Amino acid sequence: MNRDAHAHQFDTAEQQDAAARLGMWTFLLTEVLLFGGILTGYAIYRAEHGDAFTAGSARLDFWLGFINTAILIASSLTMALGVHAAEHRRHRLLMFFLAATMLLGAAFLGIKAIEYAHKIHERLLPGPLFAPAAPGARRLELFFSFYFALTGMHALHMLIGIAILAVLLVMVARRPDAPSIHRRIEVTGLYWHFVDIVWIFLFPLLYLLGPAGPAR
Amino acid sequence: MTDADADAETDTGTATTAATVTTDAAGAKSYLNAGFGVTSWLLTRDHKRIGILFLVTLTLFFFVGGLFAVLMRIELLTPPGEIFQSETYNKLFTMHGVIMIFFFLIPSIPTVLGNFLIPIMIGARDLAFPRLNLLSWYVFVAGGLFTLAAVVAGGVDTGWTFYTPYSSVYANSRVVLAGVGVFISGFSSILTGLNFLTTIHTMRAPGLTWFRLPLFVWSIYATSIIMVLGTPVITITLVLLLLERTLQIGFFNPSLGGDPVLFQHLFWFYSHPAVYIMILPGMGVISELIAAFTRKRVVGYPFIAFSSIAIAVLGFLVWGHHMFVAGQSVYAGMVFSLLSFLVAVPSGIKVFNWTATLYKGSVSFQTPMLYAFGFIGLFTIGGLTGLFLAAMGLDIHVHDTYFVVAHFHYIMVGGMVMAFLGGIHFWWPKITGKLYPEGWGRLSALIIFVGFNLTFFPQFILGYLGMPRRYHAYPEELQILNVLSTAGASILGVGYVIPLIYLFWSMRYGRTAGANPWAAQGLEWQVPSPPPVDNFETRPTVTDEAYAYPMRGDPAVQEGMRKTTEMPP
Repeated sequence: MNRDAHAHQFDTAEQQDAAARLGMWTFLLTEVLLFGGILTGYAIYRAEHGDAFTAGSARLDFWLGFINTAILIASSLTMALGVHAAEHRRHRLLMFFLAATMLLGAAFLGIKAIEYAHKIHERLLPGPLFAPAAPGARRLELFFSFYFALTGMHALHMLIGIAILAVLLVMVARRPDAPSIHRRIEVTGLYWHFVDIVWIFLFPLLYLLGPAGPAR
Repeated sequence: MTDADADAETDTGTATTAATVTTDAAGAKSYLNAGFGVTSWLLTRDHKRIGILFLVTLTLFFFVGGLFAVLMRIELLTPPGEIFQSETYNKLFTMHGVIMIFFFLIPSIPTVLGNFLIPIMIGARDLAFPRLNLLSWYVFVAGGLFTLAAVVAGGVDTGWTFYTPYSSVYANSRVVLAGVGVFISGFSSILTGLNFLTTIHTMRAPGLTWFRLPLFVWSIYATSIIMVLGTPVITITLVLLLLERTLQIGFFNPSLGGDPVLFQHLFWFYSHPAVYIMILPGMGVISELIAAFTRKRVVGYPFIAFSSIAIAVLGFLVWGHHMFVAGQSVYAGMVFSLLSFLVAVPSGIKVFNWTATLYKGSVSFQTPMLYAFGFIGLFTIGGLTGLFLAAMGLDIHVHDTYFVVAHFHYIMVGGMVMAFLGGIHFWWPKITGKLYPEGWGRLSALIIFVGFNLTFFPQFILGYLGMPRRYHAYPEELQILNVLSTAGASILGVGYVIPLIYLFWSMRYGRTAGANPWAAQGLEWQVPSPPPVDNFETRPTVTDEAYAYPMRGDPAVQEGMRKTTEMPP
């Protein structure tokens, strides 16, 4: 086991660590712009159709969203503890925290699936199936277009995160002393926290600004 | 997590391999001799080989995109639309635009010359993420295949801009296939930009401070910023468009209270900066060419370097000038107009500094320099006519006319393609180890310059006279100018085919180049041609600024001039 091992294009392990970290931060920057594009659209329509969007917010399940927020914050904690364990080369602890993070992520997606099922059952899925009898239904449909697109994009990122954690878990189990493990865990941690932060924005924008939002 | 298990554990040294394949003078195996099988190319992680993969792919797309242009120019020979129906013509210009922009111009210089040169110019063995670099090519090919599938399946007729609600609701063409193709190719852009940014930040050789970097590196750095910040926005915009078209989930649909102009805002938020993805790398190439063929330090190095960054930043603030007649608020239009004029400042700084570099330089007129001269003149015309379009009042007159078409072809073809060809010729000896035939090079550069101007200058006049773009028929009094344009396009086409032939020819029959045939400065000229797999035997240390050409009167100058004038005729 050689702590200083690094890929051939780098001079030192520190240089590779710096490159991996900067690469991930740059990638997260692209993610900010990705979500930024669709959030811009949401913000504009919310300003244009405040009433319909407020009504849309009111039809979301606050408590499911709240529980999911708590779950994701907890998963960020387990992820951070995992990075800490990797730094100190405590492999069994690291594996425990990776598994815990994955489980919390899966729980989030499970609750999200229940929410989606409710919404589809209430015929709030935009498109040909959308048919509530409420007035202003078409504007309401626009709100739910954004609800599904935003939370769907976020759920896709969660899925990818869980898949990456699964790969890492296998790698740690097979070769706990591989010198690259710590770097990989740290960089994945950055990604996981970012996906959590996206939800921290989505939760208030979609769920909380509803009934309490400014009257129009 | 992007890597498989092997890479971190490989050896840390200079990785000299013991195989007994042909070695060059320096003793290290060249990247071209490192393996000969198909898999040695398709699974390579060598930035130089990946650059070659991109070069081959892009050349293919360039000629496919060019084919559509040929068909359009043939149709426009006569005033009535005789050959193609208007629907077919709509598909021709759409496929021409989509392929040329997303599958040639945007990736052109970054993925070919950037991939090949950036690690060598900064004294590194490879890019920071070689595997992502290869993935970028595969993603690009996948995107390209979707787009070509759209062509084969019947084409797209929305225009390259995919404006809603036509694209999302009404169009009866292969919008989904083409949209998925462009969507996928965006990831290639993001990966490339991310790789360059990380590499330039973390892997410069000892002593290679930011202000010792070649200006090409600065321009690729600025380009990478745009790729990383802009591309995700077109990605999400296309996702929304595709969701709206396939699942009927409305985002821009007015019947739901959606706004088609929002699509235009999001589209141009990427696609205007993308114009600078297409031109900034060309400017970087021109800086290198001007320095090498005047044998002088580039005048105003920090100004050229920062003007690249300024263009990248300003480029994000001007997208509204595409929407002066799209129902945008007049006040927003005024701000966008003013900001668009500001882009002329850093662009002008570059042109003036290049021109000033010529003053008292030992100017020689090799092929790459002819392309550089072509670039400066044509870019200036394209840039100045851009100011016409940035002026709101004038834009209303020429909006969506051939004036616009001529303007952006002067930038894209007269600028970027000229720079691409100039760069390919300049670094061809480095890439292949062989010299191209100089006489043919100069001849084709001249043919391209003449053909280009004959093609596109009449289009300025056509547009000013009111001929709208995207129509397959036009009034009879405009025929002369259209015939001139088609004649020019024929000459231009010949000009593009000649280099294709002699560059291929030179790979086998060209004279051996040697490490530095131009007697040029720069780390890439200090390694053998073609470079060894790991570029450098030992990590170079940089002690001087870029373009440290000896001053006039120095015997070394005469030596350098003797070398360049000894190029084959």
